[in-house]
Amino acid sequence: MAVGDARGRATILGRFVGRPAGRLFAHFLRESKSAAGIIVWIGIGIVLAIIFMAILAPFLAPFDPNTKVANPETPPGGAFVMGVDRSGQDVLSRIIWGARIPLAIIAVATTISLAIGLPMGLLSGFVGGRLDRILVLVMDSIYAFPGLLLAIVIAAIIGRGVLNISVAIAIVYIPTYFRVIRNHVSQVKQEPYVEAAIALGMPRRRVIMRYVLPNVAQSIPVIFSVNAADSVLTEAGLTFLGLGLPPGIPDWGFDISLNWQRFEASWWATFYPGLFILILTTALTFVGEGLNDILNPLLRKRDLKATVEA
Amino acid sequence: MNVLLEAKRLSVTFETSNGPVHAVKDVDLTIEKGTTVGLVGESGCGKSTLGRAILRLLPENARVNGSVLFNGLDLAILSSKEMRDIRGRNIAMIFQDPMTRLNPLMRIRDHFVETIRAHDPTVRPEEAVERALKVLADVRVPADRMSMYPHELSGGMRQRIMIALCLLFKPALLIADEPTTALDVILEAQILQLLQSIMHEYDMAVLLITHNLGLVAEFADRVAVMYAGRIAEEGATVPLFREPRHPYTQGLLRSVIDLDTMKLYSVPGAPPSLLGESVGCPFVPRCEKRMAVCETVFPEIRLVGEDRRKVACHLY
Amino acid sequence: MAGSSASLRAYVITRVLLMVPMLLILLTFTFLLLRVAPGDPVSAIYGEKGNPQVIDQIKRELGLYDPLPVQYFTYLRGVFTGNMGTSIVSSKPVIQEIQDRMPATLELTISSMIVASLIGIGFGTFAGTRRDRPGDFGTRIAATLAYNIPIFWFGLILKLIFGLWLGWLPVSGRFSARLNLPPRVTGMYTIDTLLSGDFRAFVDAIAHLILPSLTLGIVLAGFFIRITRVNVIQSMGSDFVEAARARGIPERSVFFRHGLKNALVPVITTMGLTFALLFSGAILTETVFSFEGMGRFVYYAISYRDYPAIQGAVVYYGILMVVISLLIDIVNAFVDPRIRY
Repeated sequence: MAVGDARGRATILGRFVGRPAGRLFAHFLRESKSAAGIIVWIGIGIVLAIIFMAILAPFLAPFDPNTKVANPETPPGGAFVMGVDRSGQDVLSRIIWGARIPLAIIAVATTISLAIGLPMGLLSGFVGGRLDRILVLVMDSIYAFPGLLLAIVIAAIIGRGVLNISVAIAIVYIPTYFRVIRNHVSQVKQEPYVEAAIALGMPRRRVIMRYVLPNVAQSIPVIFSVNAADSVLTEAGLTFLGLGLPPGIPDWGFDISLNWQRFEASWWATFYPGLFILILTTALTFVGEGLNDILNPLLRKRDLKATVEA
Repeated sequence: MNVLLEAKRLSVTFETSNGPVHAVKDVDLTIEKGTTVGLVGESGCGKSTLGRAILRLLPENARVNGSVLFNGLDLAILSSKEMRDIRGRNIAMIFQDPMTRLNPLMRIRDHFVETIRAHDPTVRPEEAVERALKVLADVRVPADRMSMYPHELSGGMRQRIMIALCLLFKPALLIADEPTTALDVILEAQILQLLQSIMHEYDMAVLLITHNLGLVAEFADRVAVMYAGRIAEEGATVPLFREPRHPYTQGLLRSVIDLDTMKLYSVPGAPPSLLGESVGCPFVPRCEKRMAVCETVFPEIRLVGEDRRKVACHLY
Repeated sequence: MAGSSASLRAYVITRVLLMVPMLLILLTFTFLLLRVAPGDPVSAIYGEKGNPQVIDQIKRELGLYDPLPVQYFTYLRGVFTGNMGTSIVSSKPVIQEIQDRMPATLELTISSMIVASLIGIGFGTFAGTRRDRPGDFGTRIAATLAYNIPIFWFGLILKLIFGLWLGWLPVSGRFSARLNLPPRVTGMYTIDTLLSGDFRAFVDAIAHLILPSLTLGIVLAGFFIRITRVNVIQSMGSDFVEAARARGIPERSVFFRHGLKNALVPVITTMGLTFALLFSGAILTETVFSFEGMGRFVYYAISYRDYPAIQGAVVYYGILMVVISLLIDIVNAFVDPRIRY
């Protein structure tokens, strides 16, 4: 029995990353013609567009986002397509530059959440017993707590800043990853082929990596996209309440917090940033939902059961 | 006229995103009053679909062609209201898995009252309960189960209750779709015994859909063998078992372990996909006795032998 | 019959007992979060300009120099006796602020829940019964937009359109200044005005509640639509629904008594879980509409680094969450006979 050798390790990468990725992509392309597929493409398109906008900001923005360029609260028109906010800054330029922060926060927050929540969920679900019960109780207590409030408290403590906000958001989301992964793992653990692998003496780490993880992996993209959308909204909420970022960095949420009290006089300064938040989060949701529709039937059909080498 | 149900050129096609799936193709089937007809075949051969087609219980993407004459009345063209009236009253159906067939939020009593009043709104709830108790006695379910919820009852008990629900209006035909497949052997024997006594008592015809040849041999008067959506062979039970004519039937009957040699025969290959159009006899890839003509021309049903067996095979 | 109500009672008792460890964990977590973190509120308020000796003394008075376990027990005792200190900003006892403001948030929360449930279950059922048809797609996209919208931005837009441009509804506060407040019974203006018979005041209170409830309710409805839709689809495809049809039950009964009823069981549970979202949303909504409830209080507390106030608010929310999840579980056990162990 070829258990625990270098060939096995190489096969993991090939079998569970390379080939399935290839097959997934082919299936993905085929399914894209359906309604679910179109949604995903729209979502991906929008997200990519926003990413490009953020990267190319210095070239795309007509004005410097932090410089006063006109009379405050000038309505949209002429050189200022989206108008000018109360500080005299061009809204369009701030929108373009403002894409960077949400994207950065998504990247950092989701990475941290995943890096902590995933292993914890895997371990807890697989090992079970008292550790599992304790972790579940703790995680459920955090999970039950209003997310924004928790983020507020954490942010209030550790202070402002992009990294700090990301950490705050990450902490709020860890229980979600934990729960979903843990539940999925306890389910998969009951499957006959996992029992068989353990009975045949396969080391636990290997069982998790080869059999459990690939199965559980199918839930991750969905949580990820929900997490991403939520991060943007939470960051916007925090910034709106005055907790998110120090002034000076262009950010959609920050712009709203800056201009909302002047909403009647200069609605455009608040409207456009919020609109873009909506566009980004909706696009992320489209991607996530579309991925869910496509991945789940595929993986159900393929019956991701690794064979035990005999 | 002794014929209770006659399906003529019945076809069921499902419109799927991959194309049309022909689950049932041009099936003729006759059930006489008070008799039991066994409908056998492998999983996916269309027998369950056929059963549901009779009661028009198919999903939205199903297209049905042909006619289903019940006492001369074509069920296929009835209005939904008329069909609903027939369901549960003249034709009833029991299903495979009793564990999931009852509403978890409703007590057993409510299931009965609902069914009775659906067909006859004038019946008062108390009367309905009386009628229910009588039927429960016939299936040997104690009266105290009436106030319970489905999850409080065992599988065998639930299946009996399902049968009782079917008997409320003394239907002329009972469609039994794998009624014992989900039960253990002992329960299976009990349920079947029950069914048999009920069949005699109520003079009910039964369409017994199953993949279990033993059941069919014991209970059915006639047997229809289905393959790939079509009837391969049909005839009286005893002659059919003694002398199967269609190669598929022969294969099926050989698929029992031979105690002398301890060898298990199985028909090689797998059933064909029902997607899209097909040419010739669907059994060709697995048939030992295939001929050239079998690949290109579909064998229509012909009557063979003294017992007037229906066989769809070019050998005859 | 006697059997099932006894098991319901047993279930409730078990759940109430389970509440205790959960609450303790929450309180401990809050404590650790607030105490173990760097910085403290006194320095935050006075900054570097303050006299270090005065700051030191205030800190001592607040007990910030006591050993951690002592602080922990003082904290716990405070929570249970209701003495959570005095708000640094308003100089009122924190418990008093909570009492004053809680009814407002309750009003907002309950009315938003009603809006969300009606829209959510209504459209969710609509979409679920028209699967993959235009009505379904349209509803799903609308639902996605709804729950992805930044709540405060949505509130601002509603304010702009209905308050400023159309002038139909008031845009801030809970009550018009020119009217008299009703005598306090519950603290909720809608109920109190009704109880005191002041119809004009009642209408006024409702008018102030409409836009905030719509804001929060519509966003929440986005979630409810999705959940309801999925469960309706699943429920209508279940075995007992097919069996009911086979017995000749009319489609209307099949839909309501078999399909919808069973679909709503998981929906109710999930709705209960969204209470957390409701409170988060309330913080933002109250801020936008100057609706003086707990949400607004949190906003003030954070802006002014009002330490005791933040702590009090967090504890309040924590307890509320545990109580609500308990209530939801009880409702669930009542509705679904399978749950009572």
